[in-house]
Amino acid sequence: MALRYLDEFRDPALAQSLARAIAAAVDPQRTYRFMEFCGGHTHAIARFGLPALLPSNLKLVHGPGCPVCVLPPGRIAQAVAIAEQPRVMLCTYGDVMRVPVRKGESLLAARARGADIRMVGSALEALKLAEANPDREVVFFAIGFETTTPPTAAAILAAEARGVKNFSVLCCHVLTPPAMRHILASGEEAAGALLDGFIGPAHVSVVIGERPYTEFAHTHRKPVVIAGFEPLDLLQALLMLVRQVNQGWAEVENQYRRAVTFAGNRKAQQMIAEVFTLRPTFEWRGLGILPDSALAICSRYQQWDAERRFPLEPPAIPDHPACQCGAILRGQKEPRDCVLFATACTPEHPLGSCMVSSEGACAAYYHFGRFHEPVAPRKKEYHASA
Amino acid sequence: MPAPDSLGAATPASAARGAGKGAQVTLAHGSGGRATAQLIAECFHRHWHNEWLAQNEDATRLPALTPGHVPVVATDLFTVTPLFFPGGDIGTLAVNGTVNDLAVRGATPRYLTVGVLLEEGFPIATLETIAKRMAAAAAAAGVAIVAGDTKVVERGKGDGLYLAVTGVGEAPVEPVWGAAAIRPGDRLLLSGPLGEHGIAILAARQAVPLETEIVSDCAPLVSLIAAMRATGAPIHAMRDLTRGGLAAAANELARAARVGMVIDEGAIPVHPAVAGACELLGIEPWHLTNEGKLLAFCPPESVEPLLAAMRAHPLGRQAAVIGTVVADPHAFVQMRTTFGGVRLLDWLHAEPLPRIC
Amino acid sequence: MCLAVPAEVVELLGEGQARVRIGATTQVVSTALLDEVAVGEYVIVHVGFALTKLDADEAAQTLALMAEWSEEVS
Repeated sequence: MALRYLDEFRDPALAQSLARAIAAAVDPQRTYRFMEFCGGHTHAIARFGLPALLPSNLKLVHGPGCPVCVLPPGRIAQAVAIAEQPRVMLCTYGDVMRVPVRKGESLLAARARGADIRMVGSALEALKLAEANPDREVVFFAIGFETTTPPTAAAILAAEARGVKNFSVLCCHVLTPPAMRHILASGEEAAGALLDGFIGPAHVSVVIGERPYTEFAHTHRKPVVIAGFEPLDLLQALLMLVRQVNQGWAEVENQYRRAVTFAGNRKAQQMIAEVFTLRPTFEWRGLGILPDSALAICSRYQQWDAERRFPLEPPAIPDHPACQCGAILRGQKEPRDCVLFATACTPEHPLGSCMVSSEGACAAYYHFGRFHEPVAPRKKEYHASA
Repeated sequence: MPAPDSLGAATPASAARGAGKGAQVTLAHGSGGRATAQLIAECFHRHWHNEWLAQNEDATRLPALTPGHVPVVATDLFTVTPLFFPGGDIGTLAVNGTVNDLAVRGATPRYLTVGVLLEEGFPIATLETIAKRMAAAAAAAGVAIVAGDTKVVERGKGDGLYLAVTGVGEAPVEPVWGAAAIRPGDRLLLSGPLGEHGIAILAARQAVPLETEIVSDCAPLVSLIAAMRATGAPIHAMRDLTRGGLAAAANELARAARVGMVIDEGAIPVHPAVAGACELLGIEPWHLTNEGKLLAFCPPESVEPLLAAMRAHPLGRQAAVIGTVVADPHAFVQMRTTFGGVRLLDWLHAEPLPRIC
Repeated sequence: MCLAVPAEVVELLGEGQARVRIGATTQVVSTALLDEVAVGEYVIVHVGFALTKLDADEAAQTLALMAEWSEEVS
């Protein structure tokens, strides 16, 4: 049974010919550096082995599009502290369960010690657990960019409509445009100066539409092409970016027209505006403290705000001194440039969040691409013998 | 009090707890006295009959090996929840899992021992059902359950039921199937589609809100392997794919044999229903658990006869060549994607958690 | 960050929920983020919610454009 809207966009023959079109379009006299800003894109590029199809002068730079990677460990420590309060049942997405906070500390480790921490696939599941367990305090650990924020808003609105009192949300939702702005604005030697354009995130754009990216195109003169998730989408978007660069254009283009509209999902945006308010500042792992870059629950819905119900400050937890997650998240370094990569820092013993989350640049590179090291002998043999 | 297992759906034990209906296991049943003997007679001896178990001693004397054979032994623990799932149960799983470990070393499985760890309050009727299922599985696999032990732990200190199974078989002195026999140039043969058990369990646990018709592929591989052996074509190594899936098995063997592998993604059989479920969960099928699939390594000239034998067998209809062994001091298992890209088929650190990213 | 999957709406369940199907697997999702949706339409599913509807015409046009650009090279 074919998977509609997936299989067609994974057609190998079309992939090969789009790759040839890219090779024909690039100017051999220059390099092209495009940042993809969506953990899902990072994962897809690695999983499908796309770099092998691209010309050597086209580089893909991984940006901070992975919400687990940019979540400061202090916030996870905060979640653990809440989970250890009496009667609390903490609900969380699976991605964040294994992120290491300090030595041996993580949500999974806390659960092993007896904290009631449940993995859920949806904010509404957490709400249902609250309704089914009226004697417990159910807290939902809400992380994610704009794709995941509307579901949290919907859950809070449903809690209000259904009169559920034993439910609250620890809101750590972050916003995409401020992070992109930070990449472009962070100093002369920053990655922003070296980037030729952005691959716009797929499903964040489903929610926010095309409009928020115009500032990067018009003010910063960087083309943005919003791309779908599948390999053919990424290849087509890269071709569009190369053509823009060749022609000296800087426009917002939408390759993912089957799901993204110019205005985005208005209903979702309204729900976000209803339930959340901008935090003046928020700490991002690797990027520092950014202004107006994250959301908190607004006062109308404070009854469901876990930060008010459990006033436990997130501790400041510094990264390992040699950890390069920050530079990697900003696109200035590659996993290979970090001395800890694949030595002290592996998926078994992750020292930074780029290695734990499967969307993180380090984990993606480790799982899919670390055989590309310079020390790997006689790479050609691998292709010949299969 | 231990935290409730968020990945566990209601087991028959927890369902019966507090219900007060039907006989339940008590601590007395594990103390070695009359209650224990009664439990063993009612649940186990009623369904497990053979001349060796009938010795009814603390240890069982077994017949001599077939001449030219060596003993092969394997042991496994089984803690699956839920205890009953689409396509199987913990007892059937325990028998097949252990039998398969023996069979992939080239052994004919002969005898099993079963250790049963019960939680106080476990329904005796459920225990009997599991014993019956184990009897059926053992008969189907051609093995006899020849020894066992039962203990009971206090309520709250176990998860209903755990099984510990040891299997004994015999294999010819030569050839030895194992990592040491794998050579660059060998081919990888996979007996069938990936991921069925893994998805069936995830759905049965309601760990993820998934509705699916997929059932576990839990099965004994004994007759399939016997058919492969009967071709006379050389086989170098074999693994049954369990936890960690194809990725774990390939990486373990690559490291042990100090070779690399290149796998062809397009050649790996995956049931379309599993593929859809994997998309929804953000998991790849080669990391999922299987319970009725094998990965074999053989020289190129063995491929045709082995594939023919596999495809003629009900458990091997979709058998395929999926890759090649190559020389590689780093023991990487690489995968050629359907676009001609290359990536690693890496070994996950732990069970794949469904992702949202 | 956005594992999101295209799925077909096979049943409207009322109370802002629908059953969707990807391949042979089904799942119940919330339609709270959509104005309206009908059986047979395709949606993008993320963390138990339908995020938007998929436009079949746009999908076809995207594929056609890909094919066109591919032919230009060969």
